[in-house]
Amino acid sequence: MDSGNVPDAPRLRLRLRAPLPGSFSNYAGHRLVLFLATAQGVGAFALITLGVILTKLRAAPEVTFPAIRRELARSGLRMLPLFLFMSAAAGLVVIGQAVLWLTRVGANTLLLGPIMVYVVVREVGPLLTALLVLSRSGTANVIELGTARALGEIEALEALGIDPVHYLVMPRVIGMALGVMCLTVYFIIVTLTFGYLCAFLNNVPLQPSDYFGRLAASLTGLDFVILAVKSAGFGALIAVITCYHGLAQRLQLDEVSRATVRAVGQCIVACVLLDAVFIFIYLAI
Amino acid sequence: MSADIPAADANEPVIEMTGVTVGCLQEPGVTVLEDVNWRVVAGEYWLVAGMHGSGKSDFMAMAGGLTPPLAGSYRLFGQAMPIYEQALLKERLRLGLVFDGGHLFHHLSVAENLALPLQYHRDASRPAAAESVAAMLEWTGLTTWADTNSGTLGRDWQKRVGLARALMLEPEVLLLDNPLSGLDLRHALWWLDFMDQLSAGGGLLKGRRMTLVATGEDLRPWQSRAGSFALLKEGRLLTLGKRSVLAGHSEPLVRELLAAGFGGD
Repeated sequence: MDSGNVPDAPRLRLRLRAPLPGSFSNYAGHRLVLFLATAQGVGAFALITLGVILTKLRAAPEVTFPAIRRELARSGLRMLPLFLFMSAAAGLVVIGQAVLWLTRVGANTLLLGPIMVYVVVREVGPLLTALLVLSRSGTANVIELGTARALGEIEALEALGIDPVHYLVMPRVIGMALGVMCLTVYFIIVTLTFGYLCAFLNNVPLQPSDYFGRLAASLTGLDFVILAVKSAGFGALIAVITCYHGLAQRLQLDEVSRATVRAVGQCIVACVLLDAVFIFIYLAI
Repeated sequence: MSADIPAADANEPVIEMTGVTVGCLQEPGVTVLEDVNWRVVAGEYWLVAGMHGSGKSDFMAMAGGLTPPLAGSYRLFGQAMPIYEQALLKERLRLGLVFDGGHLFHHLSVAENLALPLQYHRDASRPAAAESVAAMLEWTGLTTWADTNSGTLGRDWQKRVGLARALMLEPEVLLLDNPLSGLDLRHALWWLDFMDQLSAGGGLLKGRRMTLVATGEDLRPWQSRAGSFALLKEGRLLTLGKRSVLAGHSEPLVRELLAAGFGGD
């Protein structure tokens, strides 16, 4: 092809397609507006979902209760093998590092109990559980709902008088909140158990009764309450954000993957921000 | 049909549109049709014809309550549409919508697709719904596919499952978006015969005549089937009238849609 007349055409096309605006301030402003618009959309969607849960929880039990059970199995029961592996690894790593550094600085290894509570029960357990559930069930939410939206299944539900938020979102939110809460408890128990195993293999002079006694002594009633609220909050947050990206916008099939990527990024940010809120609560108390 | 809702009277307008502006389903706010004035009486069998891209699906979506009219008044059984209120849901369910392509729930089997409306609206347990589902599958010739995942079916059968699913709640008015598009001759004839049955109140309807509104891109298959005709042209709905006026109609597009196919004879 003779490109003599338009020597810069390919470069021009590249420039026109470039996603970045001309200046950093434009870019930052653009991203901020997008963030605020998404936050508003997710907030509105969360309120709609909450309204549906409060008003229609017991409606159509033949459809919604099995859907909640399915979601609970998907975001809980079926993830147990993965969580056994991950929590064992976390226990070995946390205790391994703790023993190593406590020994180096000459500190008392009886501190292992409180360390496990602070690190595993309050922080790593809930957050890692949430991220693992996001990676497996959260992404599936966006893909399933986004595909259903693109194929017209949502319109079909509406035509049959079935509320898509009630049928598709409510079971996911409830199932995922309960699933993440249960998995977090499972994760913590296995991590603490493998933590002791690691300490035992490292010849730490610590009896099981001492170790678990210290753990129990380090835990307060508030830990249990916050753990339940926080882990359920992570699950609900992931479900709402992923369902929002799959359902609340009109998607074509080729847009589903982009929606999934956006949802994952926003879920991670939202979970970390929620975690920060609970850190402040701990510090305040 | 729910016992507490009386069936529509013979001359009662079930659908009444006055000065309606129809928006696009995919891009809300974009006008597709304007100044639609249309009245459908209980028991009528309408065919709304139009070329590809004339707004048939958007019109059906609005008539089915999926999108609100951008302007004007649309009343279904005397109630302003779209009906979103839970209290009026029973009125809303007197109307069924069959999509072009079926729009099935692909994670469910054919039988589960049919059972879903019963389980959702009537709290029917799976065994309780099974009897109605089996009867509908038999009536629509889908028994063979009952346990098949709906996503694996061919387009012909998917459309038929969409029809069966819409009939599960026994609507009084059925809207069918382009039911014959993409069908082979055998399936197309089945649909035409089946719609005759619905219009006459045959089969599972047990004498209760159903009001039908279908859309199509070709008038010929419907010429001897539907009772009333309308046309979508240049963003307007033109009411053509009864079957008898169709052959001699002066509208050029009617003559075009009634003309022979590629052979020119």
